[in-house]
Amino acid sequence: MNIRTLTAGAAIVAFLTGTQVGTSADSTIKVGRDVIAFGEPPVPIAVSGFSGEVLTVLQFDLHVMGFKLVPESEAQFTVAGSNAGAVEARVKDRLGGGNLLLGKRYTGGSLRQQAHALADDVVKSTVNREGVAQTRIAFRVKTGQRANEIFVADFDGGNAKAATSDNVLVAAPAWVKGRATLFYSTYKNVFPDIVSHDLTTGKRQVFANYNGANLSPSVSPDGKKVAMILSRNGSPDLWVADIDGKNLKQLSKTRETEASPTWSPDSRTICFSSETSGRNALYTVTTEGGAMKRLATSGVGNLTEPDWSPDGKYIAFTQMRGGGFDICVVPAAGGTAQVLVEGEDPSWAKNSRNIIYNRDQTHLSVLDVPTRQTKDIARAPGNSSAASWAR
Amino acid sequence: MKRAALLNLFIVAVALSLSGVGCKRGPKPLTPIPGQGATVGNPNDIGPTTPIDQSAISSEGIKPADRALAEWLITNGVQDRSQFAAQTVHFDLDSSVVKPGDVGKIQTVGAHLSANLDQAIIIEGHCDERGTEEYNRALGERRAMAVREVLVRSGVDAGRIHTISFGEDVPVIDGHNEAAWSKNRRGEFVLLKPKN
Repeated sequence: MNIRTLTAGAAIVAFLTGTQVGTSADSTIKVGRDVIAFGEPPVPIAVSGFSGEVLTVLQFDLHVMGFKLVPESEAQFTVAGSNAGAVEARVKDRLGGGNLLLGKRYTGGSLRQQAHALADDVVKSTVNREGVAQTRIAFRVKTGQRANEIFVADFDGGNAKAATSDNVLVAAPAWVKGRATLFYSTYKNVFPDIVSHDLTTGKRQVFANYNGANLSPSVSPDGKKVAMILSRNGSPDLWVADIDGKNLKQLSKTRETEASPTWSPDSRTICFSSETSGRNALYTVTTEGGAMKRLATSGVGNLTEPDWSPDGKYIAFTQMRGGGFDICVVPAAGGTAQVLVEGEDPSWAKNSRNIIYNRDQTHLSVLDVPTRQTKDIARAPGNSSAASWAR
Repeated sequence: MKRAALLNLFIVAVALSLSGVGCKRGPKPLTPIPGQGATVGNPNDIGPTTPIDQSAISSEGIKPADRALAEWLITNGVQDRSQFAAQTVHFDLDSSVVKPGDVGKIQTVGAHLSANLDQAIIIEGHCDERGTEEYNRALGERRAMAVREVLVRSGVDAGRIHTISFGEDVPVIDGHNEAAWSKNRRGEFVLLKPKN
């Protein structure tokens, strides 16, 4: 199995390097040795033999995972199969002599689930990347003038289910890494309090109900701490507490607005937005406290909603343009920012390559960062926003 | 050369692993679909919610919100949005500064509260749609708190004043122009009073 993976990986590295030669140096950002090739060309692939929902799922999944669906004569790889009863497929490296990279028949689950599983296998067997086709998202859906609910769905918006039925306002959900648990602010008890919500048991518990606002909870990747915005000292500031609510500590002490904390993968540093220097900018602070450090982000301004990639290399964020919004990324150590696509509120997938975001205050879309390919996810019954990708 | 050798090995391995596919007995089910536990948050596993447990979690040494009066009034009294509808204050873009012309409105509310000690007030902070959602939720709180400062300075006990930010969630006008935005950037008063 390892041999197979290595070989497929080596083949595609050679392929990508070949196609990248003409790319200008400006289109890549170097962070040590790690580079996201912004403007990476999508991988041409041909898909045949599938129909209906399975075909639709495959087309969506492959597009947002960096592939371009083309006729077989133009394809690097081919996926041929069928979905009569069950999904089965053979993946071949057409330009690599037609080598069979994968042959599988799927059992169990729905045809839709089987199609997602195949999409992940295609991504793994051709370009040796981890797919995200079987991951989940949470988001909020507007259901009334003063009401919205938290929904959970497959990453493409399929299989969407309401996790709450409170008929009140609720704010951005945040996943606990590796667990079916969300933290969010709800106005269920009139005031915006932070609650934890075990999706499986339905058990909900107040986490923070201090005077003033209790907003934007973000659980550290190690599951031990919660960063949040509290206004109990007279202004929205960044605070952190242990997962059991103890050891509450104020990390920012400004008169201005702090918002949207996100964690570094080692759970030691928090990135957030602050208006303390006039316009919104990104800052970092460690959980031990100390001074807020401004993150260098040349090329963009008025920044909010940072989201740290799970591999630690990049921070995605929203640039506010007084009516328009851009999804951007910057190396986590600071540097030149890349404007990727119009939209707001980015959330990274576990592969540190895909982002889900709010395209126009109505639709959620999935973005493949290197190719900048996007697609709207299936529409929930109401305006959707504040998506969070389970990792 | 090394790669070519690997490639050959790979082809053999794949051929072996696929020996069941395509033969007359039908393909073997090679790989079960990854289990539902393999990825987090399957929508099919969502259980019905239970009432929110208000009790257990709180920080040692730090009191949760003191909302006793407000919560009693919310449960047993009346929430009156009309009493101070004319006292709604408005803000400039991205600003939480109370305009000099609006201070008198807030003092009107303050005078009423000073004369009616069994009542409390909620200040709602609202924003236009041009900020991001979570930034607006924090900005709305700053606006409500700026109004609160004026009330406190006019002599109202801080324990009777509560702030709630709704960010951009509750516009008064659904437009996408300055005429709508300027109306939506606001602080509103909700009077909490006992039933007569």
